[in-house]
Amino acid sequence: MEALKKEHQLIVSVSPHVKSEETTSRIMWTVSLALLPAFLAGVYFFGPKALLITAVCIVSCMVFENLYMKIVGKKPVAGDGSAFLTGLLLGMNMPASLWSFSPFTAHVPVIASFVAVVITKQLFGGLGFNVFNPALIGRAFALISWPKAMTIWNEPTAALLAMDAKTTATPLGILKEEGVAKLLEVFGDKMSLYQHLLTGNRAGSIGETSAIALLIGGLFLLAKRYISWHIPVSFLATASVIAWVFGGKGALFTGDPVVHLLSGGMMLGAWFMATDYVTSPSMRKGQIVFGIGCGFLTMLIRLKGGFPEGVMFAILIMNCFAPLIDRGFQAKVFGAVKQDKAKEATK
Amino acid sequence: MSSTSTTSLKDLFLNGIIKENTIFKLALSLCPSIAVTNNLKNGIFMGLAVLFVQTMVNLTISQMRKIIEPKVRLPIFMLVISGWVTITQMLMAALVTDVYANVGLYIALIVSFASILARAEMFASKNSIVPSMVDGLGMGVGFLFALTVISFFRELVGRGTLTVPTGLATQHVFTFISTKPVLIMVLPAGGFLAVGILMAFFNWIDARYMKKAAHASH
Repeated sequence: MEALKKEHQLIVSVSPHVKSEETTSRIMWTVSLALLPAFLAGVYFFGPKALLITAVCIVSCMVFENLYMKIVGKKPVAGDGSAFLTGLLLGMNMPASLWSFSPFTAHVPVIASFVAVVITKQLFGGLGFNVFNPALIGRAFALISWPKAMTIWNEPTAALLAMDAKTTATPLGILKEEGVAKLLEVFGDKMSLYQHLLTGNRAGSIGETSAIALLIGGLFLLAKRYISWHIPVSFLATASVIAWVFGGKGALFTGDPVVHLLSGGMMLGAWFMATDYVTSPSMRKGQIVFGIGCGFLTMLIRLKGGFPEGVMFAILIMNCFAPLIDRGFQAKVFGAVKQDKAKEATK
Repeated sequence: MSSTSTTSLKDLFLNGIIKENTIFKLALSLCPSIAVTNNLKNGIFMGLAVLFVQTMVNLTISQMRKIIEPKVRLPIFMLVISGWVTITQMLMAALVTDVYANVGLYIALIVSFASILARAEMFASKNSIVPSMVDGLGMGVGFLFALTVISFFRELVGRGTLTVPTGLATQHVFTFISTKPVLIMVLPAGGFLAVGILMAFFNWIDARYMKKAAHASH
């Protein structure tokens, strides 16, 4: 054995042996980049306070991540961009009115960031081990804890320096409370309504309003193969079919799927939240089941539930089913025979 | 779980509070610990009720341990437990009417507490009266401690107030946060969060203590 020289020894290493250029941090920063158009649209429509709220979220997420790492004695990894992305998504999910809501409510984004980063992500074992989407839990926590502050919506002013704006209801809020007729009355006619929803010139959370900007970001991620089409397409398709069949008043098949697709957090949720690698199934078939579940639950809450919007809760509920879905659609091992078939063969 | 000959009464008492704390260590009886702890006063009285039942059940079972036929011991334990729970229920309905209106349902549910039956089966039916009572006291005080901490935390964070009982029928409400407390903490979801956070906190303290003790013994 001693004759075996070092250069003749077999080097045994754990797979993977071939690594791609992709790193966690590169993925995180690319997704953040893809969110940029929608975020800029939010800043354009809601003014500088949208920028401030998102900045508070991003800074507190990164500070909490680093503090936690320091306390438990792990290497700080805030540079990998995951805390930045969580903060950005969280900020884009907050209403811009939070800033002008009196008295000042800066504690809302700060505590939501703490819940997102420390409780939802780090206490479950850090990035890759969290069961739920951190930004969505942060928002759900804030919505349930401060229901009033989180549901006052500003009218988009399209004036970059305006700090104060009139409050109004979101299109989904109007749809829920007063119906389609009122929605058309507010926005003029159908085409004008679609146009407002598409550009983002309507009340809502900072980053959810501009459907076109979100679509650009989503397609960019799709083209770069950072996400696959399975979750967003099955999510949006299920939601639009349900909206078309059951969305109308009275008769079936009279609903307007376009309004439902373009309003609320549907675009942001389907392209950026439901596709989170950690909290969604990893097999393609499972992803389709996941997307259908998200779409179904969203429309169930929108049409029958107490809240006007259901994307957040739908994704969170499906998050807990993701591991189960993955178990149901395990990859077939090459060359392996199914157990019951193997049993039959031996009979 | 432990025999009396090797452990002192003090260890027996502390066992229920620290090492085998019903909620923070054994994670038993979580239903009342979430349902009644949105208010400090309710939490304290619920804890006191469990302390009373646990101690009296252990005392009774220990006294009866030689005449209980082993084959039917479980129904007899249940009879004894339900007897003491009924007494507690009546006492509370008479003395602390407003608390009873809030937590009455959960007082009746003490009958099905795993920890009480477990202590009767594993400790009181095998040990003499004094150690059994001390064991019951320890488990009860541990439960009271857990419920007090949870309800303190939840009411303070979730409502910004503390409702402190100053007598059987009187109370005083201290207000700490007057604007926008974290409402979720007094809702059921917040109950799970509070129990989880406090459980993690006590386990963390425990781990640090064990580490120190291990260092000291070396």
